Amino acid sequence: MNDRSPWTDPSWIRGMTQRRMSRRDLIRNAAVGAGAIGISSILAACGVSGEAQTTGPTAGEEGSTQWWADMKAQGPGDHINFTNWPAYIDRDFSIDGPGSRPSLYEFTKATGIDVTYRADINSNEEFYAAIRPALESGQDTGHDIIVMSNFQELAEMIALGYLIELDPELHPNFDQYAGPNFVDPVYDPGNKYTMAWQSGITGIGYNTKYVDEPVTSLDDLLNPKYAGHVAMFNNSPDAGCSAMLHLGIDPETSTPDDWQKAADYLQTFNDSGGLRGWMDQAYLTAIENEDLWITMAWSGDILNDKLYFPEYATFEFTVPDAGAVIFIDNGCIPNKAANPVGAEMLMDWYYDPTYAAMLTEWNAYFTPVPAGGKIVQADAASAKGADKEVLQTIANSPYVFPDAEFAKKLHNYRVLEGDEIQTWNDIFNPIFLT
Amino acid sequence: MSAIATEPRQEIAPAPVARRPARRWTRFVLPSYVGAFILYLSFPIFVIILFSFNQTRGGFGTSPRVKTTWIGFTVDWYKRLFELPDLTAALRHSLTIGVLSALAATALGTLLGLALARYRFRGRAGADFVIFLSISAPEIVLGAALASFFVALGISRGLSTLFLAHTMFSIAFVTVTVRARAAGLDPALEAAAMDLGAGPITAFFKVTLPLLFPGILAGFLLAFALSMDDFVISQFTQGPATMFPTWVYGATRVGIPPHVFAFATIIFLTGATVAMVQALTQFRRA
Amino acid sequence: MERHLQPDLPDVAAPERRKKRSKAPFGLAAPALLWLLVLFVVPMIAMLSLSLQTGNSLEGFRQTFRFANFTDALSQNGPFVVRSLRNAAIVTGIALLLAYPVAYWIAFYGGRFKNVFLFLLLLPFFISFVIRTVAWSFILSDNGIVLGTLKNIGLLPESYRVLGTTFAVIAGITYNLLPFTILPLYVSLEQIDHRLVEAARDLYASKTKAFTKVVLPLSMPGVFAAVLLTSIPAIGDYVNASVLGGPGTTMIGNVIQSEFLRDRNYPEAAALAFVLMAIMLVGAVIYARVLGTSRITEA
Repeated sequence: MNDRSPWTDPSWIRGMTQRRMSRRDLIRNAAVGAGAIGISSILAACGVSGEAQTTGPTAGEEGSTQWWADMKAQGPGDHINFTNWPAYIDRDFSIDGPGSRPSLYEFTKATGIDVTYRADINSNEEFYAAIRPALESGQDTGHDIIVMSNFQELAEMIALGYLIELDPELHPNFDQYAGPNFVDPVYDPGNKYTMAWQSGITGIGYNTKYVDEPVTSLDDLLNPKYAGHVAMFNNSPDAGCSAMLHLGIDPETSTPDDWQKAADYLQTFNDSGGLRGWMDQAYLTAIENEDLWITMAWSGDILNDKLYFPEYATFEFTVPDAGAVIFIDNGCIPNKAANPVGAEMLMDWYYDPTYAAMLTEWNAYFTPVPAGGKIVQADAASAKGADKEVLQTIANSPYVFPDAEFAKKLHNYRVLEGDEIQTWNDIFNPIFLT
Repeated sequence: MSAIATEPRQEIAPAPVARRPARRWTRFVLPSYVGAFILYLSFPIFVIILFSFNQTRGGFGTSPRVKTTWIGFTVDWYKRLFELPDLTAALRHSLTIGVLSALAATALGTLLGLALARYRFRGRAGADFVIFLSISAPEIVLGAALASFFVALGISRGLSTLFLAHTMFSIAFVTVTVRARAAGLDPALEAAAMDLGAGPITAFFKVTLPLLFPGILAGFLLAFALSMDDFVISQFTQGPATMFPTWVYGATRVGIPPHVFAFATIIFLTGATVAMVQALTQFRRA
Repeated sequence: MERHLQPDLPDVAAPERRKKRSKAPFGLAAPALLWLLVLFVVPMIAMLSLSLQTGNSLEGFRQTFRFANFTDALSQNGPFVVRSLRNAAIVTGIALLLAYPVAYWIAFYGGRFKNVFLFLLLLPFFISFVIRTVAWSFILSDNGIVLGTLKNIGLLPESYRVLGTTFAVIAGITYNLLPFTILPLYVSLEQIDHRLVEAARDLYASKTKAFTKVVLPLSMPGVFAAVLLTSIPAIGDYVNASVLGGPGTTMIGNVIQSEFLRDRNYPEAAALAFVLMAIMLVGAVIYARVLGTSRITEA
């Protein structure tokens, strides 16, 4: 059997564990956000608002062992509010109602717990800003599971103790099946608060209906032919690190001077007059409406549209020759969640390879479950009919199952610590506010 | 600069319109312009109503989004009106706050309007000034000030802060409305009632209040409309209790669910009907 | 418009009334004024205090009376302030030009149907302004009902767009504020005695002259109110810029909103809001002086 799954390919793992991208490095650098050390030293200095959790919750407090014991004794509840990014969960449009999300429906059938799934997150900043008032005042945010990228917002939530520490006993699937790249990440040592949902590449998406020249770099977005139909991401990790890669700078080891160079490059987009906007998730609707012809994009969004919606068959995703960054989106439980036990059960549900495979087969993102990846490959090999082409495209796509060669193009974000955060923000944020 | 004081305009029949025909075509310029203008103002409403009947195609999202091109006719969205729990909750918040804050603002504003219209008292100029400021202050400044206030005091934002804020900005509008009405009331009526043996409180309730009622009602409707419409101040004071306009604003990032258009159509038709009924009853009274 | 409050009552009753009435107004006025005091005046003071603090959201803020916050806010965000002022000026100008003829026609030629026309004008505004703005972003989308049709016919190039431009933002703000322009103009025009115009015509003035010499000056209070009621919300608007705009259209309201709600840079946001309000107050006072209208509260 042609086992192309990288997760079981020793050479790929070797490649990924090479000096340049050792497992530790990969994980460490997969986060932009202060290391836990950085933030707590700031906060130790004072603290009118915002107290860092340097130790776990005390007995009886939310997240402590005693507390979890109490919660589990009460049972997993009958309802979970799961809030996620769009295009992230498998869909079956032929069914109306709960069955329209098959993997989620399986969960409900198995446990009897209803899930209200909302794809309301469009940017880490905006979503965090929306739930922060409740978190600050110790109220229920209305969400049991939220999915945050490995950016500053997640780091801040962890540092400020806004997330409930996970119960180690409630995630057996994670313990058994999680891929090594997603266990003990630097932005959440020991997975105290998060379990990775999916991971992806920040590259370039374009509509071949309007874009007929080859796309190889960010400069293609400056092409006057596309003026007015171009967008870039408005979050500094994606935009800043992509710009640095374009300039040949490795983000992981970049200095503030490098950041300034990247910012200057991004400013050329503002000056060109051709930029439609600095966008967040909204870019996807825009490219679907054909307001955008070429844009920075997240891999699975474009692939999913292309493969599953005939009207978007002209979409293409690509990674610039200079390289691209990888992000990891993580499920976590905010404080005062109504059903934390159910929430963690649901997060762990997706570490069962069967359901992990269902996710990736739909949304075409990296799965944190290697065994799930194997199932995708197997399904692709044995598929028939209409499914066959779709699944084989996904199984063979370097954007979902990168080989060692392609993995060289993939990079990690810059980890920011201490004062660097402010410097970084001061350099990049003005670009987006024009 | 003094306009010649006359009796209220309504009492004099306007001079006949077609006095000076001049050239034919100029007579039609202005009216056509006005007609076009009204159409222009109403155009988005037509679009909203029209597209509330438009079909959608399933996109990437979890719920259907309005498409910018016409696909096909359907009344589905009116049947599935309450399908989106967040949208329904937001609408509920808006209606609740709208009614409650309008009631509070009407009560407070009526009293204030009456006081300002009838009496001269110390601090009247100050009251005038504060009212003027609260009407004319830009919403962003009001919102920022309220948010600062709640943040400084550590008051968690939610429905209660929304209520406080909405009542605040509505008071001034109700005051102005009621005051205009009260200023037109002849105090001699109240005096007459008291001369006939009514105590001041009875005179107030039996004479003044009923006469003021159209103004009070107008003030209430205005306060309700202002509250339903408010976006900026709500954004700063709502915390997790999302209001309807804020929800719609958030939804624009990824696409508007057609339910929004259906709701908007219903709200519009309700408001229009209420206004028409009110206008018609006034016609009949006059 | 103030009317005389004390009617012609017999003098006998007057002294009694004056004594009784000294208490009543406070009772009536107090609740509302108290509410406004606590929820309007005090927050303004709170915002002033916040604008003088330093710190960040993680560590907290402390009062340092840092007046430099104001100058910092202005220097960092100067372009946005200028842009907002410019946009507001354009919006007000256009709105006045568009609204005046309508107000004039309804006031002078509306006849019995004045209220009907006013009603029709105000009808669209029963829908929340956010939804109306969203409707415009919908209408003006690249391949939507307007642009799409024009492109299909061939009147417009394929790559033409309206959304994301300053034009779209200004058009949106103007649309949303037109009722605020029309109403004061109408109220003022409606009160003009037609006999004055007739008198002018009788004195051999042409129609245009009668307008410019009689109607226009008499409508100035309305124009004044219209300018204020249009330009002030226009300066602080951010919804239109956000929904209809793109890079290069950000207004000061967007900055304040994002600083407050997203970045939690409270001192800078509060300082900016104050600067904005100060600019508007100064502008309004200067404008009032120029026009010669003494009592702004008359409307």
